[in-house]
Amino acid sequence: MSSASPSLSRQDVAKVALLSRLALSERELDHLTGELSKIVGFVSQLADVDTSAVEPLAHPLDSQNVFRDDVVTPSLTRESVLRSAPRHDGESFLVPAVLGETGAA
Amino acid sequence: MAAAPSPADVASPGSFTTIIGLEVHVQLQTATKLFCGCPTTFGAPPNTQVCPTCLGLPGSLPVMNRHAFDLAVRAALALECTIAPFTKWDRKNYFYPDLPKGYQISQFDLPFSSDGFLEVVDPKGAFSRRVGIIRVHLEEDAGKSMHDEAAGTADSRIDLNRAGTPLCEIVTQPDLRSPQEARAWLNELKLLLVYLGVSDCNMQEGSLRVDANVNLHIPRPDGSVAKTPIVEIKNMNSFRSVERALAYEAARQWEEWQATGRELGSAPKQTRGWDDPAGVTRGQRHKEESSDYRYFPEPDLVPVRVSADDLARARAAMGVPPAGLRHMLAERWSISAYDADVLVNQGRDLVAYFEELAGLVGEGKVASNWMQQDVLRTLNERGGTIDAFPVRPPALADIIGRIAAGDFDTSRGREIFAEVLASGRPVADVVSSLGIAAVDDDALDVLCRELVAANPKIVADVQGGKEQAAAGLIGQAKKKNPNVNPGKVRAKCLEIIRGL
Amino acid sequence: MPSDPLQLSAVEIVAAVRSGDLTATACTEAFLDRIARTNGTLNAFLCVDREGALARAADIDARRRAGRPLGPLAGLPVGVKDALCTADLPTTCASKMLAGYRPPYDAEVVARLRRADAVVVGKTNMDEFAMGGSNENSAFGPVANPWDTSRAPGGSSGGSAACVAADMAPVAIGSDTGGSIRQPAGLCGITGLKPTYGRVSRRGLVAFASSLDQIGPMARSAADCALTLEAIAGHDPGDSTSLTDAVPDYSRMLDKPLTGLRIGRVPEHFAAGLDPEVARGVEEAFAVFRELGATVHDVRLPHAHHGIPTYYLIAPCEASSNLARYDGAHYGYRAEPGGGHRAEPGTGHRAADGRDADATAAFESPLVEMYCRSRAEGFGPEVKRRIMLGTYALSAGYYDAYYAKALRVRRLIRQDYLDAFESVDLIGGPVSATAAFPLGEKTGDPLAMYLVDMYTVTANLAGVGGISFPCGFTAGGLPIGFQLQAPALAESLLLNATDRFQSLTDWHRRRPPLAV
Repeated sequence: MSSASPSLSRQDVAKVALLSRLALSERELDHLTGELSKIVGFVSQLADVDTSAVEPLAHPLDSQNVFRDDVVTPSLTRESVLRSAPRHDGESFLVPAVLGETGAA
Repeated sequence: MAAAPSPADVASPGSFTTIIGLEVHVQLQTATKLFCGCPTTFGAPPNTQVCPTCLGLPGSLPVMNRHAFDLAVRAALALECTIAPFTKWDRKNYFYPDLPKGYQISQFDLPFSSDGFLEVVDPKGAFSRRVGIIRVHLEEDAGKSMHDEAAGTADSRIDLNRAGTPLCEIVTQPDLRSPQEARAWLNELKLLLVYLGVSDCNMQEGSLRVDANVNLHIPRPDGSVAKTPIVEIKNMNSFRSVERALAYEAARQWEEWQATGRELGSAPKQTRGWDDPAGVTRGQRHKEESSDYRYFPEPDLVPVRVSADDLARARAAMGVPPAGLRHMLAERWSISAYDADVLVNQGRDLVAYFEELAGLVGEGKVASNWMQQDVLRTLNERGGTIDAFPVRPPALADIIGRIAAGDFDTSRGREIFAEVLASGRPVADVVSSLGIAAVDDDALDVLCRELVAANPKIVADVQGGKEQAAAGLIGQAKKKNPNVNPGKVRAKCLEIIRGL
Repeated sequence: MPSDPLQLSAVEIVAAVRSGDLTATACTEAFLDRIARTNGTLNAFLCVDREGALARAADIDARRRAGRPLGPLAGLPVGVKDALCTADLPTTCASKMLAGYRPPYDAEVVARLRRADAVVVGKTNMDEFAMGGSNENSAFGPVANPWDTSRAPGGSSGGSAACVAADMAPVAIGSDTGGSIRQPAGLCGITGLKPTYGRVSRRGLVAFASSLDQIGPMARSAADCALTLEAIAGHDPGDSTSLTDAVPDYSRMLDKPLTGLRIGRVPEHFAAGLDPEVARGVEEAFAVFRELGATVHDVRLPHAHHGIPTYYLIAPCEASSNLARYDGAHYGYRAEPGGGHRAEPGTGHRAADGRDADATAAFESPLVEMYCRSRAEGFGPEVKRRIMLGTYALSAGYYDAYYAKALRVRRLIRQDYLDAFESVDLIGGPVSATAAFPLGEKTGDPLAMYLVDMYTVTANLAGVGGISFPCGFTAGGLPIGFQLQAPALAESLLLNATDRFQSLTDWHRRRPPLAV
């Protein structure tokens, strides 16, 4: 990543939108391309920070080895599970058809 | 780079090596899911084993199941993997209705184990293959999506009972060289994991799933090797399907290579689904933005450090794996590799039964024969476990010992075995109630003289040099007195005939 | 008989309820009445549970009369930010995506409040999914600052801040990911505490950025914050990031003298961009601390100016993943096929208007279309912006340059604090560069809005605690906030220092001149 302000193309943004599962109108796509380019340009200033001797810090805490015992605890009732479902058949969630292969590799 | 040879340049038809790697997912045999306390029992009504965490409800958080981690470490140790002293979890992000959080908690760059192997040896000696294991990692399972084409609806039904179940993903090196090896290796893996108590590896219930990667290496006349594009095969529902699918796919790739000459790298990796009823693999729709999973460290889970003490404890809890047991049994009891294999395949409890029996009998081969021909046969007929089998080693050893002492022959022994099994009575009781008693020498002598006198043709055959004809007298002797020892009858009759 | 409950502190209320001088019912009625009279103007509450609150109050009064034991917060009305799950009340995160959504469980903090016999009066407004610094990103309308209703209260816990400032409840619960408790507390003239990361369980807090989010109390004083924190802090085995350290008796440690306390002052804080009136208020606060016996020393936080870009990489990346679950499949808003949408019951949303053609109109399947349209229609613009930014920064080819890079700078920022706290016990300074700004002033410029967090994000990145409280007023009558930051697990020191400050000053007692 160079310090020079990188710019996102419209195509980049359309790809990201699909990856994020967000439908965008043409107008929104234009608008977001501009906004995201600006923001990415802004955060790119981090390229100037020397982190060659620094490890990433994913957790602010230094804790480790947190576990729970393999003991059954009450599940939710199916009624409370499906109550908030946009569509269901009393047993399962209903979504537009998922055909054939699974989504993951 | 040399131009690709035209298909007509192929050396000898059918000359190729099949290169196979496997990716196996096993569900761990825990009571609860990986990150929550929902039960993992198979077959519950849809969406009755879910909670905010495995449903991915807003605000829900995961907490790691210690037993799942322990079982995973146990499996990795048995697969001779190196256990990482520091391991962490990562999010694998993608959208799918059976993945309620929109990400799967898995392991990416720091799996908890790597670099192991599992060997498979064909007991009949047809092959032996050491398969490298690239990594074993721990992750959560997704739910199930069901689409009923016949019902003609436009919807899929989602059941999240399975979401969050702990899975070990085992990825092998592409070291397998035939569909038969692959099937045998899977059986060995299953046996190992069942022995360890890690998983029941039941493909019908989905606790073991396999995907295969296969391509061909085809030697060219000039000494170089052409490689066909790698194909990933999914949707194989049994070890037999795996073998059939790999065989089909290898043949298909050979045909395709001969027709097109297309090599590895010329196109992205293809995924094909196995259609078991039709016996073919079919290409699946190739997805565009296929796999940008945007892995990053899971912020809701803290890392795990595994100490040397932890590993020592895990090893101590493992027990001897099947390969070790086979070897030990063959050595200790002087039985064949084949026999050892049959016994070990039945599980630890049956091995323990055998060892107790062999110890009492004082010898392995006879004990092993009785195990295979009698114990296993009746066990399979009756059902149930070896622990609940009514004939215990001391009783069976008693029967075997009496046969060896000449009290009765093996077929009589089987009758006694059957009766002990059916009635539960002690061996001695059954022996006496069946009227089995040693036949004394005088009675034997009388009987044999009767038979010799009544069978002039057999006598003539024996005198003519065919000693084996005397065996015909044994059946008659048994009819007259079931308690006779066949060996003694034969010897006595021959003695009498020689003295004629 | 005590005076108007609205004038009592939380500490006074629980004492009066315990002694019988004040009934929980009378107290709750007073605040519910206040809410009814002010919420139309302020829009601080998204949902008010009059019936439930009075029922709880009645139960508390009955138990008190029967001599049964009462929890430490008995009778205390509390507003809860709508980012925390409440099983009996909607939990919307101020988003159309969760309009009408009722979780099947209570957040751990809510459960602890209930066990302590607090009276939850309702759910407070916020920036949608906690993303914002002005509470203008709510799908249900902005919150007005009680001090000047043409101005923003700050965000994202704007509703909770306004609630306390306007005496709609003595205590409110907020959440803080990059300053969302401290900054609105500063702009509304109240006291707000972001505890050390892991001090309070996040279970049931709708996640925005999991490694940064923390829940904390907002009230008029350190003493009231201490009382609340005691009830909600502590280990939760259901949150793997929750700390096992014992919870101190914060209330008992408030009045320890500050003699010998070393407070750091960061010269870079006073650079251009800091409003002169705010700067003066902050310096006056340092003077008060000197009066209290503390000494003030210059310290450096050399990487603090990288805080905003670091935060605006890590937070959107985590958020892009945390918000993936809102896809219309299992709960929440789903866009129905054919351009219409299925509204959640009782929300009365209008049908989708005619929009210009989807740029991504060629969806690869009805399922993908459902995802894309549900999320496009359910989320507001800021949420979508951050999801896109996060997805981009995590995507193949960009991860190292953006997300991983930010994590490395994060470590440097944390080290800055560790180094600074070798020579000082606390770090003091502004919480916001300006006093409350007008509604609409920053909404056209996302980056400008991001910069309102400049003094607060570093504490979240490092995981340390911070508190803000009023230290003065501008000439225009707007509150000026002061922030103290402490090493990890030093909430008691933060509360102690604030309490001593509040024993010498009156800023925290001032009420906005609300015309109701």
